[in-house]
Amino acid sequence: MAKAREKSGGSSKKGLKRKAASEEPQEAAVAEDGATESGVQPPKAASFPPGFSISEIKNKQRRHLMFTRWKQQQRKEKLAAKKKLKKEREALGDKAPPKPVPKTIDNQRVYDETVVDPNDEEVAYDEATDEFASYFNRETSPKILITTSDRPHGRTVRLCNQLSTVIPNSHVYYRRGLALKKIIPQCISRDFTDLIVINEDRKTPNGLILSHLPNGPTAHFKMSSVRLRKEIKRRGKDPTEHIPEIILNNFTTRLGHSVGRMFASLFPHNPQFIGRQVATFHNQRDYIFFRFHRYIFRSEKKVGIQELGPRFTLKLRSLQKGTFDSKYGEYEWVHKPREMDTSRRKFHL
Amino acid sequence: MAAAGARWNHVWVGTETGILKGVNLQRKQAANFTAAGQPRREEAVSALCWGPDGEKQMLVGCADRTVRRFSTEDGTFQGQRHCPGGEGTFRGLAQVDGTLITCVDSGILRVWNDNQKESSEDPVLELRVGPGVCRMRQDPEHPHMVATGGKENALKVWDLQGSEEPVFRAKNVRNDWLDLRVPIWDQDIQFLPKSQKLVTCTGYHQVRVYDPASPQRRPVLEATYGEYPLTAMTLTPEGNSVIVGNTHGQLAEIDLRQGRLVGCLKGLAGSVRGLQCHPSKPLLASCGLDRVLRIHRIRNPRGLEHKVYLKSQLNCLLLSGRENWEDEPQEQEPSEVPQEDTETDELWASLEAAAKRKHPEMEQTQRALQPRSKKKRPGSTSS
Repeated sequence: MAKAREKSGGSSKKGLKRKAASEEPQEAAVAEDGATESGVQPPKAASFPPGFSISEIKNKQRRHLMFTRWKQQQRKEKLAAKKKLKKEREALGDKAPPKPVPKTIDNQRVYDETVVDPNDEEVAYDEATDEFASYFNRETSPKILITTSDRPHGRTVRLCNQLSTVIPNSHVYYRRGLALKKIIPQCISRDFTDLIVINEDRKTPNGLILSHLPNGPTAHFKMSSVRLRKEIKRRGKDPTEHIPEIILNNFTTRLGHSVGRMFASLFPHNPQFIGRQVATFHNQRDYIFFRFHRYIFRSEKKVGIQELGPRFTLKLRSLQKGTFDSKYGEYEWVHKPREMDTSRRKFHL
Repeated sequence: MAAAGARWNHVWVGTETGILKGVNLQRKQAANFTAAGQPRREEAVSALCWGPDGEKQMLVGCADRTVRRFSTEDGTFQGQRHCPGGEGTFRGLAQVDGTLITCVDSGILRVWNDNQKESSEDPVLELRVGPGVCRMRQDPEHPHMVATGGKENALKVWDLQGSEEPVFRAKNVRNDWLDLRVPIWDQDIQFLPKSQKLVTCTGYHQVRVYDPASPQRRPVLEATYGEYPLTAMTLTPEGNSVIVGNTHGQLAEIDLRQGRLVGCLKGLAGSVRGLQCHPSKPLLASCGLDRVLRIHRIRNPRGLEHKVYLKSQLNCLLLSGRENWEDEPQEQEPSEVPQEDTETDELWASLEAAAKRKHPEMEQTQRALQPRSKKKRPGSTSS
């Protein structure tokens, strides 16, 4: 008899179903009680009526039905609660308590003791005398060499060319299977200050090695989400020869500072504001987003921006102390996934 | 005061910016000490060793080829000595019987007469060890014996009281399976206690044991670990194993009886520059290019004990070998003040002493926050 009821409940419309459903729990409860009256009463989650949970229904369609109905109920209650809260806030007006700030991973970030304090003298001295000191003291101006891994495919070549339009005073050279350790002394003798190598795998660029030249640190990044100019929607015309401004966002820790300075030393010091171009390196949760925009101020507060050049995302894999020497060089920081990625709220840059 | 509490520091670390840091693990404080009051990169500390009388004095070898004397009791630099000759930084620093032994990168090993005058005299003894030296280490049981090794510079043991020739000169291992010469790059050397044996770790990720007492000049035992150059090594208290660190920040304990890996230690992110074990406790101090000093416990259970962020890249360290780490006498503060405020009333002195005794924690937290700033108390001397 119960079976027939169930079947009819399953096939009929919702209104009927609802009635059947309201009767059902009681029936099921009765049936259950009847079954277990001899045994121990198992302590269920629902206290009254002695409940059953939706996950115990063996019939998948019925179970799904009950679940969707429960979900709709929950949603309704949530909406009702929200409305009520809103009404109360409006009623209170100014005296309403401030809105609670939602928890995000960024604001739950664990305290990092290496975050640089702007007044710290020791760190300031360290930065003033590190390998980038000659750039920041305006003694040298950057000259970049951009190359790829051997035998690059079209996407990588196009990315290199677009990068060279974005970074002023940069030259693209074809990597003729030459070893980086042999290229580097040649670069130094020709006064290059930085070397960028874009690594390619299966016809897409996936890595970036940035080496500051006289004897500076080498950073190795994973590159993802590469979008060339023609893949960017609603973009502006090609960038001009003007020197862009730089924005470095959110490089707070000591490691972040080193990496941020590396990026800053790629661009000449004197941004030409006539060009209205800006390159942004935005760090969020250890991912560095590179964007290149042209902006125009329509009024004091309103800006319009057009995205120009290529766009990609970087993630730091290692920072090595000297010029490129992955086997025998000394590493300042190496990303170790199993040791460093255990907490979702801990970031290193 | 940081300078006065210097004698209780457990670890002394030398940095690339020329600052000597003293770390007190009980109070969890780090204090900076510089000779000139300002950090200078030319004074980057490249070698540290204890002075003649126990742990009261320290010799600090800097990149500008000066050896400075630092008193751990007072927390001040007391004198310096310029040690010219050869090129490169100090790769080893030792002292014996009132003389100072230095060895530089280009292979000039000199023994200087260490009197209090700062005149740069000629060295008492000079040896040419061979170019490309990476480490010179003194035998703690026979202080006049030193060992040197480096890149393409095989291990040599010198007797400073003996002849100009090395007592033991190691031979390279046989050619490998492709009949190619195996390159030599000895990065760190240690003398094993209670025997004549030496252990070296190489830049080609090998750990080798040599025995001068045996007829063979080749290594007696060879073990490999990892794929990156091993940069630092230390002996464990029992003397059966060594702990090595490589350029990726991996620390491993290798048993020397069998040549096998006992276990690894996690935590470092940068190249390991300095390692030292406590002579009796199972503690290991490690410092490296990631600017953090870590103290690990080596056994039961193996893990990280303390981690201290020191803002500069750390080059070398010295761990205090004393036994009583836990009991720190806390009555230093009130006893100092009456000596300084000689002009003021005794009443004021006793009041100040009482206040300090009441709030020792506040003082310490202040010191923890501003290790290098001058104290604002009247009549106090600067650190």
